[in-house]
Amino acid sequence: MISLKDIWKSFGDNQVLKGISLEVERGKILVIIGPSGSGKSTLLRSINHLETIDRGEIWVDGVQVNAPLKGRKFEKHINRVRQEMGMVFQHFNLFPHMTVMENITMAPMLLKKIPREKADAQARGLLEKVDLADKMNCYPVQLSGGQKQRVAIARALAMEPKVMLFDEVTSALDPELIGEVNKVMKRLASEHMTMLIVTHEMRFAAEVADHVIFMADGVIIEEGPPEEIFSNPAHERTRRFLFEVFKS
Amino acid sequence: MQGLEFSVVFENMNILLHGMFWTVVLCSSASLLSIVVAVVLAMTGISKLKPLRSATFFFLWVFRGTPLLLQLFLFYFGLPQIGLYLSPIITGIIGLTLHFGVYNADVLRAGILGVETGQHEASRSLGLSYFQTMRKVIIPQALRNVSPAVGNNLIALLKESSLVSIITVPELTLSAQRAISETFRPFEFYFAAGALYYVVNWGLEFILQRVEARTALTR
Amino acid sequence: MSGRSAGFRFIPGGTTIEETAVDYQLIIKVAPFFAKAAWSTVVVSFLSFALGLSIAFPAAFCRLSQNRFLQIPARVYVSVFRGTPCLIQLFVIYFGGPQIGIQLEPFMAGVLGLGINIGSYMTESIRGAILAVSRGQTEASRSLGLNKFQTMRKVVLPQAAGLMISPLGVNTIALIKGSSLVSAISVLELAYTAHRFTNSTYRPFEMFILASTFYLVIITLTSKAIRNLNGRFAYEK
Ligand SMILES: Nc1ncnc2c1ncn2[C@@H]1O[C@H](COP(=O)(O)OP(=O)(O)OP(=O)(O)O)[C@@H](O)[C@H]1O
Ligand SMILES: [Mg+2]
Repeated sequence: MISLKDIWKSFGDNQVLKGISLEVERGKILVIIGPSGSGKSTLLRSINHLETIDRGEIWVDGVQVNAPLKGRKFEKHINRVRQEMGMVFQHFNLFPHMTVMENITMAPMLLKKIPREKADAQARGLLEKVDLADKMNCYPVQLSGGQKQRVAIARALAMEPKVMLFDEVTSALDPELIGEVNKVMKRLASEHMTMLIVTHEMRFAAEVADHVIFMADGVIIEEGPPEEIFSNPAHERTRRFLFEVFKS
Repeated sequence: MQGLEFSVVFENMNILLHGMFWTVVLCSSASLLSIVVAVVLAMTGISKLKPLRSATFFFLWVFRGTPLLLQLFLFYFGLPQIGLYLSPIITGIIGLTLHFGVYNADVLRAGILGVETGQHEASRSLGLSYFQTMRKVIIPQALRNVSPAVGNNLIALLKESSLVSIITVPELTLSAQRAISETFRPFEFYFAAGALYYVVNWGLEFILQRVEARTALTR
Repeated sequence: MSGRSAGFRFIPGGTTIEETAVDYQLIIKVAPFFAKAAWSTVVVSFLSFALGLSIAFPAAFCRLSQNRFLQIPARVYVSVFRGTPCLIQLFVIYFGGPQIGIQLEPFMAGVLGLGINIGSYMTESIRGAILAVSRGQTEASRSLGLNKFQTMRKVVLPQAAGLMISPLGVNTIALIKGSSLVSAISVLELAYTAHRFTNSTYRPFEMFILASTFYLVIITLTSKAIRNLNGRFAYEK
């Protein structure tokens, strides 16, 4: 479903991604872990083309995201491709001038020309799924962090994406609010959504992941099923990282 | 239609440069004095004496809400009436000083109120009096915090200083008018005067940026 | 010379007067002239405001554009008109215009000069507001598949609108005060009237009180309107 081939990316002199390749199969969940600054966010943002990579190929559902098109043609292409992907950000990025309902229905109505009643009905369904049916007429400022993030997930789901990308979606949240967001993600997992998750929550990673990648300094150090990575890591670098994380 | 002929500007350049000299004198003195006025107004504006505070607010309100030109008229015609016969240049400096003193006072008052109360308490606990605290601790910090805003006011002052030509201060704009009355070439001379203002303005912005970068470091 | 004269003629040396008390009778007598002039100040300001805004929006978008052919002219416009005095700009248009075949009535020249001048400041206000909308907002919108224009229209502009009201309000108040400059090209408005009556009555203080009152009323009402408008956009409450 998602296939990255030899991705390279630098910011000026700073080589952030150094030849990353990975695959995520339909309905599977890939979790990426790694120390701060290792390039996890950059990788995820590249898949959504929020960053332009220097080299390599990104394929999602048989379509090349970084297709060799130019100018307006590429614009059109990328807007279509992005509709197939849902992305959830660390800092929510809800639209503050829209209600919860409008946040969710805006894109489907504008891009898929779905009539209002239908979009509203769909949004209500999604809000139920993220346990926020009672908040549909609130503005984002009236919500807690955990609620905001769940709305952001519903907003991404409203475009009926084929894959979901999560970039540390719980790391801006108070500890007691993390659970409610993780619960929503687990629910998605049980519905066989294809997901790529970057997280610092090792317990959660171990629970939902089909496959785990450990990244450091722009390269994949080690990958495998969660049992293996978490209980019996092969590399010294992975062991040290996990030791640090679990110590705290 | 007369067409344009810029060579006359170069022939009369010394008239313009002479005017520019006075513009610079006018602006430098008015800007320095306006900061003094601003400090005084900011102090009376946060004074414990209600009448003083109210009078300051009323003064600020009137001067903030009226055009500089009107204020210049008041001084130009009004000062002789109360027996003060001043040269146009001095009148111009007074007008610009008060006008921008008011703007700077607003900025400075916000700056003073923005200095943490802890600073005040710490200074008083060392035994400094209210005025010593203000002078040594609060106002220096406030001035530094508001220096970008004061800088913007200075840039505005340079451009607004052209208005004093209307009360016959022989600065850049009036010099251009003098040259025009001899050569009958308004477009060329006003354009040239504009270019000179632009250059001075550019220089001023450059200096202020430098100063700002410096103070930002010591913050 | 095109036979145009400046708005002012001065009686040099100033004037003296024995009586120092405020002459209320005089104030009441000339007040109607000031009221009429105040209306003209309002009209000039409003038209310049409209002209300024209609220049500023396209100019702000040009300034933000990646296209050099749009960006550079907008940059030059902002830099030149913010970098030189408004009075000089008015003089170039009114006194210099006829030399290049543009002969405008004082009123037209005044509105044109003020409008172009304030437009350069408004351009920066609008640009600043658009840039102040956080990058995360654009990214979230683009990640949903909205294109640049849809993102601008649905996500960035509605938020920037709220942010630009205050700075545009500051510009507008400055414009109202700055409209007094058109008296120098003999547009009959408040400052011109104040000056004319000062010359004819030798009563500068009374004329200042009168003109100030009208300016303060206009400016206070405008500020109030701006505050109201700002309140409407405060969805973040
Ligand atoms: N827009 C940018 N411009 C320049 N450098 C950047 C930019 N974005 C990221 N970087 C750099 O790229 C490197 C990788 O950043 P990235 O955000 O991908 O790390 P990360 O693994 O997500 O870290 P964290 O766990 O802290 O989120 C860092 O060194 C960062 O400073
Ligand atoms: Mg990150």
